[in-house]
Amino acid sequence: MPALYALKEVGFRYGLEWVLKGINLTIERGEILGIIGPNGSGKTSLLKILARQQRPVEGDVRFESTSLSAISFRGLAQRVGMVPQEHPVVFPYTVLEVVLMGRYPYLKGWAFESAEDHRIARASMERMGVERFSDRMFSELSGGEKQRVIIARALAQQPQILLLDEPATFLDLHHQSQIYSLLGELNRDEKMTIVVVSHDLNMASQLCRRLLLLKEGRIARLGTPWEVLTEKGIEEVYHCRTLIDSHPTTGKPRLTMVPD
Amino acid sequence: MLTLKRWLAILSILTVIWIITILICLLHGTEPITLSDAIRIFWARLSSGMAGASDVSRSTILLEVRLPRVLLAGLVGGTLAVVGVTLQALLRNPLADPFVIGISSGSALGVVLSLFVGLNVSYWGLSPLPLFGFLGGLMTLFFLYRLSHVHGKVFVQTLLLGGVILNSMLSAVIMFIAYMTDADKVMGIVYWLMGNLGSPDMKALTIVAVYSLIGMAVLFGLGRGLNLLALGDETAVTLGLDAERTKRIAFFASALLTGAVVSISGLISFVGIMVPHVLRILIGPDHRLLLPASVLGGGIFLMTADMMARTLISPTEIPVGVITALCGGPFFLYLLWRGKMKISNA
Repeated sequence: MPALYALKEVGFRYGLEWVLKGINLTIERGEILGIIGPNGSGKTSLLKILARQQRPVEGDVRFESTSLSAISFRGLAQRVGMVPQEHPVVFPYTVLEVVLMGRYPYLKGWAFESAEDHRIARASMERMGVERFSDRMFSELSGGEKQRVIIARALAQQPQILLLDEPATFLDLHHQSQIYSLLGELNRDEKMTIVVVSHDLNMASQLCRRLLLLKEGRIARLGTPWEVLTEKGIEEVYHCRTLIDSHPTTGKPRLTMVPD
Repeated sequence: MLTLKRWLAILSILTVIWIITILICLLHGTEPITLSDAIRIFWARLSSGMAGASDVSRSTILLEVRLPRVLLAGLVGGTLAVVGVTLQALLRNPLADPFVIGISSGSALGVVLSLFVGLNVSYWGLSPLPLFGFLGGLMTLFFLYRLSHVHGKVFVQTLLLGGVILNSMLSAVIMFIAYMTDADKVMGIVYWLMGNLGSPDMKALTIVAVYSLIGMAVLFGLGRGLNLLALGDETAVTLGLDAERTKRIAFFASALLTGAVVSISGLISFVGIMVPHVLRILIGPDHRLLLPASVLGGGIFLMTADMMARTLISPTEIPVGVITALCGGPFFLYLLWRGKMKISNA
């Protein structure tokens, strides 16, 4: 079977400034890949290219060996769910309406959502613990609540691949750990492939099987958490000193900041 | 939440109100006509094509003056409202409207130019004015789109501000042309620009109706797409929408609709902001319902406003654009005021 995603010499720029350059990457079915790196290193741009929100300026992106731009938007939306960083919703949509939009890729012609679509939307809302907000205005929720609603919408797409951009940013500790265990569970039980952009290196280390470390739009390191998270590597990319030891319960690398 | 049942129920209620509004507007005017008169006149027309001798003048007023005018108000109001809904979704801003961002002025300039160079002839019985209105609106929209389109993204604030500026520039050009025109023609242009539904002949009404119905049919097909675009272009893409294509179609249809109505009724402001806003509060923001509902709601609103224009200081008529601006301006300010309150309370 061909790789899920295969990127070859992908480059992307806004205006004249290259944001990504020379990215070669394959993403396999069933893996959890974490994309890490400092601010402005191109993490979000890379995720947007995978979601087809941005078109690479150069290079080639293949999805199951078909060129990504040759796949229909609907077809891709049935396979790939995306949780973006920001959720600008200006009109008074209710939470349920927002989650039901996750079913749009499956609706045909003029049809309204079926009972089955409603069932799936309810189930994903329950999974994210937002079913009690279902009739509230999306725009009136807190940042963390919005984040969970948007994840519920992505789950309602019933995707095989989930792309997430900083999914835990606005969440408190409880909901952070909930999201990360949910991602682990989706990957383990439903064989969902997960690509997650994160600033939280410790969480990425615990959750991801592979990490991709970006520096100034290029791949600095790619490999297991132990291969990528080294004191020397982190210092090269982030310009700060850290101490890395083994997490007492999981055995994965653990970072501690060391003040200068 | 939208189901087929709710969709049918709300649209049926609005259709009933729409029909009742038509009836009320037909009966009110300088010359009052009672319901029984009206029924008799309609019945006479339907059964024999002839009206009784005593009814001739009333029959003319009802069928040849008022009916086309009321239907035109319904059509123009519905069109402006549905374009407002579309532009608000595309620009993700509840204050967008064909008038505010200058498409109406662009259409008006197209029409004024074609009148100025003497193109107001008809080909095969079709007046080209709606077409010039369409081209003027489309060029304005295209220019705004290019102005605000950077690296595959539309900068909404740029587009809105650019539209406001373009609106005043286009108005200045129109005023200049009006100034250069013969004094006897000027009043006609000025009166038309103020927004005026006149008493159209059935032929003009039919042409505008054809343009409008085509545009509306195109927009009705975009309901789900506009829901997604309201969440942002990038999110729309990940939920299966070809966002660029949908936006192009929607912009194109909006220009067509605006051009058609401006060519016949001039600049009628604020219908495109008020009606969608009130409907969103009443029936929710789902565009599959909001688009057809705004056609009915906009029609109800403008037919009523036009009835007021005809009757408030009868027999003198006020341009209907004056009425909508006088209702719409304060409403617009109220929205801004409420927005300010919300921000200061947050």
